[in-house]
Amino acid sequence: MTAVYEVFRRERAGSAMQHAGSIVAPDERFAEIYAREQYGRRGESDALWLVPREAVNEIEEFVDEFDLKYRRVDGYSIKERLKEARERAGAAPAQPGG
Amino acid sequence: MNERAQLLLSLADDELILGWRNSEWTGIAPFLEEDVAFSSIAQNEIGHARALYELAARELGTDADALAFDRPLEEYRSAPLVELRRLEWARTIARHWLYETADAIRLDALKESDDEELAGIAAKIDREEVYHRIHAEMWIDRLLGTDEGRGRLDEALDELWPYALGVLDDALRPELVRRVEAKLGRAMQEVAPIARGRHEAELAELHEEMTMVRRSAPAGARW
Repeated sequence: MTAVYEVFRRERAGSAMQHAGSIVAPDERFAEIYAREQYGRRGESDALWLVPREAVNEIEEFVDEFDLKYRRVDGYSIKERLKEARERAGAAPAQPGG
Repeated sequence: MNERAQLLLSLADDELILGWRNSEWTGIAPFLEEDVAFSSIAQNEIGHARALYELAARELGTDADALAFDRPLEEYRSAPLVELRRLEWARTIARHWLYETADAIRLDALKESDDEELAGIAAKIDREEVYHRIHAEMWIDRLLGTDEGRGRLDEALDELWPYALGVLDDALRPELVRRVEAKLGRAMQEVAPIARGRHEAELAELHEEMTMVRRSAPAGARW
């Protein structure tokens, strides 16, 4: 009877569409009115996209079997290596003037 | 009071009272999305009322709040249709659609008026009413789509029909009959309109509630 619609909104022309939330509606006509009222009535949006949730192709599995951390957007942690390096340095302190 | 002021007050009172009635669904509409949409429509109607009261106030040398809240009950010019308290969804939708259909006819006529100010405000209000009509019509289509919906809607429409006829004057009434019959694909009963000029009993309670804050505040209080 009802379907879920994902709503994307754009704040101003030229900006990217961003996910705003979702609404439940009996059909596309209802969805359009509800989206207008929930995401457009305060002048907060300059455009909306309505996407039936079933049209969304969802991917939620990502393999990383070989630990290729350096490819990640946040880089990789050097905390452990730094700790090891400090321990090595502590075990064999640098000689004065050396 | 001249005819122009009377007309403005009739329009404004209809929008204020209906806005108030529709807002009685806030928090208890059949589902969340409809609750938000119907409440928003109610707010829009009250916004239209405000704009119309402001025009009338200039004419009458007063202000919009005084017109909305300081008049005695008998002086309100609202149509009995908008005064009914209908806490049942099929009747609410039937009233909403009948009112929006009648209002569209009235606004179309006003947009053609020689009075530029009146034509201008009618056009401005109508640009927002477009979405109210879409909302009302999609509900009607939805209800007409099932036997249960059609049965409940028909019962509500027949009950409210004399009230709906009372929103418009004699000249515009035939157009309402035409539009309603075209949409429903059936003939409506020929009944005497319940026109403005008398009030429904429920209005007294609403008037009391609506004017409570205003009456409790000292004269000249600013918010």
